[in-house]
Amino acid sequence: MPNTPNGHTLYQRVMAETPGGDTLITCLQCGTCGGSCPSAADMDATPRRLFAMLMAGMDDEVLKSNTPWYCVSCYFCMVRCPQNIPITEIMYTLKQEAIAQKYFDRNPHTDWAHSFIGYVEQYGRGFELGLATRYHLTHNPLGAVKKTGLMFDLARKGRVAMMPERIENMPQLTAILTEAKRIAGGEK
Amino acid sequence: MTENRVGVYICHCGHNIAGTVDVEEVALWAAGLPHVAVSRDYKFMCSSLGQELVEADIKEQHLTHVVVAACSPHMHEPTFRQACERAGLNPYLFEMANIREHASWVHPNDRAAATDKAKAIISGSVRRVLELSPLEPLRAPIHETTLVVGGGIAGINTALEIANAGHPVVLVEREPSIGGHMAQFDKTFPTLDCAACILTPKMFEVGMHPNIKLLTYSEVEQVDGYVGNFTVRIRKKARKINTELCTGCGDCWGRCPAKVVDNIYEAGIGYRTAIYRQFPQAVPKYPVIDVETCIYYKNGKCKACEKFCPTGAIDFDQEDEIILMQAGNIVLATGYDLFDARRIPAYGYGRLANVFTSMEFERLTNATGPTGGKVVLRDGVTAPESVAIIHCVGSRDKNYNVYCSATCCMAALKFAHLVKEKTNAEVYNFYIDMRTAFKDYEAFYIRLMEEGTHFIRGRVAEVTDAARIPGEEGKLIVQAEDTLVGKQRRIPVDMVILMGAMEPKDDAKEVAYRFGIGCSEAGFFTERHPKLDPVATMSEGIFIAGACQGPKDIPATVGQGAAAAARVLSLIGQGVVEIEPVRAVIDESRCSGCRICNNLCPYNAIDYLEEEGVSRVNAALCKGCGTCVAACPSQVIQGQHYTFDSLMSQIEGLLYDVGNNQNGHVRVMEPEPV
Amino acid sequence: MTAANGNGRKDNYLYYPGCSQRATSRAYEKSAKLVGQALGFTLEEINDWNCCGATDYFSVNVLPAYSLVARNLSLAVEQGGTRDLVAPCSACFLNLRKTDTNMGKYPKLNKQVNQALAAGNLHYDPGTLNIRHLLDVIVQDIGFDTIEARVTKPLTGLRVAPYYGCLIVRPDAGYNTEYPTHLDELLTRLGATVVDFPMKTHCCGGHMTQIGEDVALELIRRLVHNAAEYDADMIVTLCPMCQLNLDAYQGQVNSHFNTDYRLPVLFFTQLMGLAFGIKPGDLDIGSEIIPADAALAKIGQEAETKPRQAVRRDKNALPMPSLD
Repeated sequence: MPNTPNGHTLYQRVMAETPGGDTLITCLQCGTCGGSCPSAADMDATPRRLFAMLMAGMDDEVLKSNTPWYCVSCYFCMVRCPQNIPITEIMYTLKQEAIAQKYFDRNPHTDWAHSFIGYVEQYGRGFELGLATRYHLTHNPLGAVKKTGLMFDLARKGRVAMMPERIENMPQLTAILTEAKRIAGGEK
Repeated sequence: MTENRVGVYICHCGHNIAGTVDVEEVALWAAGLPHVAVSRDYKFMCSSLGQELVEADIKEQHLTHVVVAACSPHMHEPTFRQACERAGLNPYLFEMANIREHASWVHPNDRAAATDKAKAIISGSVRRVLELSPLEPLRAPIHETTLVVGGGIAGINTALEIANAGHPVVLVEREPSIGGHMAQFDKTFPTLDCAACILTPKMFEVGMHPNIKLLTYSEVEQVDGYVGNFTVRIRKKARKINTELCTGCGDCWGRCPAKVVDNIYEAGIGYRTAIYRQFPQAVPKYPVIDVETCIYYKNGKCKACEKFCPTGAIDFDQEDEIILMQAGNIVLATGYDLFDARRIPAYGYGRLANVFTSMEFERLTNATGPTGGKVVLRDGVTAPESVAIIHCVGSRDKNYNVYCSATCCMAALKFAHLVKEKTNAEVYNFYIDMRTAFKDYEAFYIRLMEEGTHFIRGRVAEVTDAARIPGEEGKLIVQAEDTLVGKQRRIPVDMVILMGAMEPKDDAKEVAYRFGIGCSEAGFFTERHPKLDPVATMSEGIFIAGACQGPKDIPATVGQGAAAAARVLSLIGQGVVEIEPVRAVIDESRCSGCRICNNLCPYNAIDYLEEEGVSRVNAALCKGCGTCVAACPSQVIQGQHYTFDSLMSQIEGLLYDVGNNQNGHVRVMEPEPV
Repeated sequence: MTAANGNGRKDNYLYYPGCSQRATSRAYEKSAKLVGQALGFTLEEINDWNCCGATDYFSVNVLPAYSLVARNLSLAVEQGGTRDLVAPCSACFLNLRKTDTNMGKYPKLNKQVNQALAAGNLHYDPGTLNIRHLLDVIVQDIGFDTIEARVTKPLTGLRVAPYYGCLIVRPDAGYNTEYPTHLDELLTRLGATVVDFPMKTHCCGGHMTQIGEDVALELIRRLVHNAAEYDADMIVTLCPMCQLNLDAYQGQVNSHFNTDYRLPVLFFTQLMGLAFGIKPGDLDIGSEIIPADAALAKIGQEAETKPRQAVRRDKNALPMPSLD
């Protein structure tokens, strides 16, 4: 399936949208990233292979891949990459692309991210209890039971905030985020 | 005074210039410049037809000056100077305008700007050439002696070639013995012949050669002069041994109680004593006392070596010696350093005992090494049952060195063979790309496959002792993506060998500065031309050979050594050398005798004449650097061929379209978009 | 970067707490402030700071994520000029630093982020603030010698695994990106016995504990297994996320892998506080899920020397390369 919003391939967009992403063109396919990745075993393609697919124009397969969603942002690949490719940052861009193109509209990863962002956009701060509750109840009711126990343990130790904190100047933050989204939207 | 008639020639250089600069337009435009009598463009000015064009115009159009707008003067200034000379025009009335490196190549995407810039450069050159004066080159005899710096296989070969042709050579080596890295190796690829067996006869020949003066444990401190006539100051470090008396019997180092790690010859994996000979076949055979570790120099006691020396050759009071010599040519063969593997923490070198560098392994497998050639772990006794060899350690990596070190793939294959032969261990080669170019190398690669070596395509991510599963406990785990499978693999092994990059010597930049040659950003010495003049440098009379010019293996190094020798022999054969007459000249009638220039001159070329009370430049020593010209408070020193008038005119020419124009005609080059 | 001797010391730092300091890692904030008091510096909180976006905001929309972070940077400059901005949480530290660095490196990003900030009447010039992690401030500005001099109850006998996690050293914060040693040195100066911990900068699983539990539990298992293999009494950390994952999920690791690890996980500031003689309760010791009291009871006893494997050091051994 050709995937060319604005006439650009996914490969071109990833390079343009990631700060420093243009270095991807120099990938040696050496596999340092795939060798370094702590969650490589769970990925359907190693980062290296994902980049080969991206360069080969296999946009559909790339956007379907679970690889970026298993990235734990440990930055091992990035500091070891002999070509200084910002691999971790490219994973963020790929997630953004997959969400924008409705590939990962509803899955555990995006649900979590959206719930998290929801709290940030509503309160300006994260809210662990609300986030975990909302996410696990809507997405993972079975897991929620286990998590409830954990939350209870944490609460018993005074480590859970019962109410979200809201920042004072929420309108300012909203204005900034709205404008940022407008700019980002105009790019595509 | 005859009328000035300038000829301007614009070279297309194929597409190199014409692809970006509108050469026809520039030629038409240049025809309109003051004093320009002829303006032409031509496909390749450097071709014989192009040169004949210039020569014909000089004769038929009575040109008084010539400007060729083409490539760098490094490339073709001599070509066109000779053309001018053939046509009867003094070659110093020629000027090269560089519109390739300075215009077309640097503005490939902006034809209009590159064309404008070419015009400005040509305008400057035309203004400048009109201010130039005819000069005659200086001629100087070439001193027959050649200085060769570095006693590895490159320097050894260069010295022998020149000496065998009947000319004197001084070979300077920093270490106590010649031999270099090759003397540390056990076997050489792809034939697996013994390094010592092929090297030591050459070392011995150097030591015995009547035409070679060998200065080991010595370093060049200063170089002055020019091609044919260099003056060199060499520091011969005190060996603390009277070599007239020493027989090299070895009683001294046999009795020395100070045992230290040998970080040079044994690559840190073996010991030596404070008084030591680097290895049994060392040339010369004499030991040296390392004053840093010798007990006597610490507390004034011991002197065991002196007590046991049968010939009384120990001389604790011996001091460094300064040797001044003349040389006509210099060959630098200063070699390389091995990458410091500690810089890549993921590979654990220095922390994990059984991670070894390639040079450590060379010593480990060498019969003269600390284990007598047994391949064992750091405990000194256990043979490994599995070995991982990691390629590209510090090579092909923007964090360290971007280049491929060219030799490590083959050396890794050699190691794999030796490990297999000596221990029958499983060997895993982790590579990015196997590079086995050159004669018989690929066959060696195939042979290693047949021997059962494992090849895993994937750059190793990390070496760790953190076991995850029972099979990994007590092992080094090599973690990499097997890129041909597309999966991450963890291979537990007993020993890891890191194939470190070949890097410039740590003081390569200082050495380059001392000898007045250039070096690349990495620090490798820069050759005059990467294809057509690989052993000459931009400094006449100074040549380079071997790994100091870039990573290379023994065959390539030996080839360069011979090539450098041939270049030197050619100059010696000519007997006389022509030197650029670009020199500083002091107008003595206006010199106040302040002597400011005297001490600033980096070549000590300015003498103060007490009687006349003025300074004078010694043309033979002056290199035309211009320091004194800039420093003279009375502005009475002129650089020939670079006079104030010629430089100011060139600047005015460059800015020909600036200043008089109020309408913003100045074209500003936009930076490339980020 | 090598540890300084306290020459860069300042009395007052701009402070970006991050959301966790108000919930799961209250102990970290509490102990950090007490340690600051003992060492003579204060942490001045940025007024009305907002969340740094963690990893999740960056996954969904990169530019708003950078803008979200940049609001904090802009507010910090308004409040404190060009003073050092300190973050105790590694993820916050990374995001603040990444935003500042990338805005400086990529003019397009700088322009767009400032365009977004302008909608809230804010502006930030990259490079204005020096963004630092709390550990870096303590090690570099206060210095080991000052800290050692302040120790009244040395942690003698306690075997600790120094756990740095990822984001304090990567992608680049001036320390060895894989094998830093400044926390090791700090803990040594407090009197503790620091065990070799090869996995000291490996990942704790991050948010995978929530959304990819199997992945996270394996990562946590590797860390806890490695620390236990080297006979650590406890793991010492400097990041709220690392602490939470290793502490709160250790029980699940045990049931998932049928193991029985009980390695407490404390913040380095809590151990500093103990060594300075501050009461455990004031440092919120006891708020950890795996109780630390058994391990802490070892303080004052002779540390057992239990080298993991005998290193042969006989006459046959070849010299080791020095690490200098």
